[in-house]
Amino acid sequence: MKPVEILVVGGGPAGLCAAIQAAEMGSKVLVVDRNRALGGQLIKQTHMFFGSEKQYASTRGFDIAQILLDKIDQMENIEVMTNTTVLGLFEDGVATLEKDGKYIKVKPKAIVVGTGASEKTLAFPNNDLPGIYGAGAVQTLMNEYGIKPGNKVLMIGAGNIGLIVSYQLMQAGVQVEAIVEASPTIGGYLVHASKIRRMGVPIYTKYSIKEAIGTEAVEKAVIWQLDDKWQGISGTEKELEVDIICISVGLSPLSELLWQAGCEMKYLPELSGYVPARDENLQTSVKGIFVAGDVSGVEEASSAMVEGYLAGMSAAAYLGYSLYNTKELREDLLQQLNSLRHGPVGERINKGIASILIQSEAAASTEA
Amino acid sequence: MLESTGIPTQQDIDGVFPSEERMAKGPVVIVECYQNIPCNPCYTACNTGAIKEFVDINDLPNVDHSLCNGCSLCVSNCPGLAIMVIDITFSEEEALIKLPYEFLPLPTVNQVVKGLDRGGQPVCDARVVKVINSKALDKTPIVSIAVEKQYAKAVRNIRMGE
Repeated sequence: MKPVEILVVGGGPAGLCAAIQAAEMGSKVLVVDRNRALGGQLIKQTHMFFGSEKQYASTRGFDIAQILLDKIDQMENIEVMTNTTVLGLFEDGVATLEKDGKYIKVKPKAIVVGTGASEKTLAFPNNDLPGIYGAGAVQTLMNEYGIKPGNKVLMIGAGNIGLIVSYQLMQAGVQVEAIVEASPTIGGYLVHASKIRRMGVPIYTKYSIKEAIGTEAVEKAVIWQLDDKWQGISGTEKELEVDIICISVGLSPLSELLWQAGCEMKYLPELSGYVPARDENLQTSVKGIFVAGDVSGVEEASSAMVEGYLAGMSAAAYLGYSLYNTKELREDLLQQLNSLRHGPVGERINKGIASILIQSEAAASTEA
Repeated sequence: MLESTGIPTQQDIDGVFPSEERMAKGPVVIVECYQNIPCNPCYTACNTGAIKEFVDINDLPNVDHSLCNGCSLCVSNCPGLAIMVIDITFSEEEALIKLPYEFLPLPTVNQVVKGLDRGGQPVCDARVVKVINSKALDKTPIVSIAVEKQYAKAVRNIRMGE
């Protein structure tokens, strides 16, 4: 059994920031990530981030990853294990890991879960044909491995990921035939949508895919208009010659470990699925287990980073670590989250969080 | 409608353009940010005080065109690529438009490209006047194009290879 002070599960924006903050306060941190390198989704993000300077606005995602990784490299009290999957969090506080076929047990005093989210899929005829990808897979192929996935693509979903990946596909020389969006309005940031529109790519709202056509792989996609009950309207079909269909219809929190650990969970559409109850310091209903980022509700990477710092701070404070200015830092982080969530998009997030917030004495714990 | 097509309406566009009087004085910023999202790098980048500090980071940018000198620092700093600079005084017949352009290959000086509108449709020819791709621009090069003045408000992008 390996003794560990703080175990951070997931080395994406939330986990990295949690590790940095907790280590800065003096605690020993183990960051575990199942991928071959840390950075999570940040390493595939070639666009500049929104937000303010404090969340590295105007810096590209992969550059933000590098900034965070450089900090981690310099901190002697952070240990990193990549290619390592956390298999379980048990009631006696033991966490089990798998690395290179070996089974490892660790006993952390506190845990920050920053496992992120996974892509939702979409049911339609022939959706198992080769050439049909999740948007994340396309991004991994292009931006991590430098592989062009195909030549002509239909993007399903005009949320931020669908819009951003469409733009990246065009940058890679792939023709985007169309973007379809089942809602009456574009879900992602309109600046992203405008960027793609002025390249001549149509965005069809109230449209979805009817079916994919092909024998060995995708050859065509049929899209059609939806009525007010989200049902396809016969006669509105358009046939597109594409070899790639890219699905980007939202994310759901990867919360299995939290379920297993016995955290109180609730289904909240505002936060995109089952998410843990948590207090203001991001501690779940299980003492010593903290959450940050998409696993606690799907949102932007900028808020995931701020949540990461907050969860890392809370976990370190839970173990008795503090800085001379912990209180001010905490106030600043809460203020950052507040301002990021102040707009129309954040309203929904705030509503979701309000309905699962644990009001407890723990709110004062970082002030100890 | 911008929300369903991604194309701003003429009313949207008119709302963010400075007065004819200001346009006639030389290069000026056009900030096509129409949605309340948490973002403020345009303010952080601005050295002349033309883009005001955000009271709420979700506010739309508040631009005082009279203070803008068209320096273009904000153009490559806007994460939404929503900013351009127009100089209607560039020449007798032509206006100069400075656009963020993140595609390869980059156009070359004096190359004639198509000027595209906000829906991606070609509206006129555009002559490339300058291409800046310095380290400070961090992979968002700025392409300056000259177009006939009547198209200055319509052109928002370029396409090569025709």
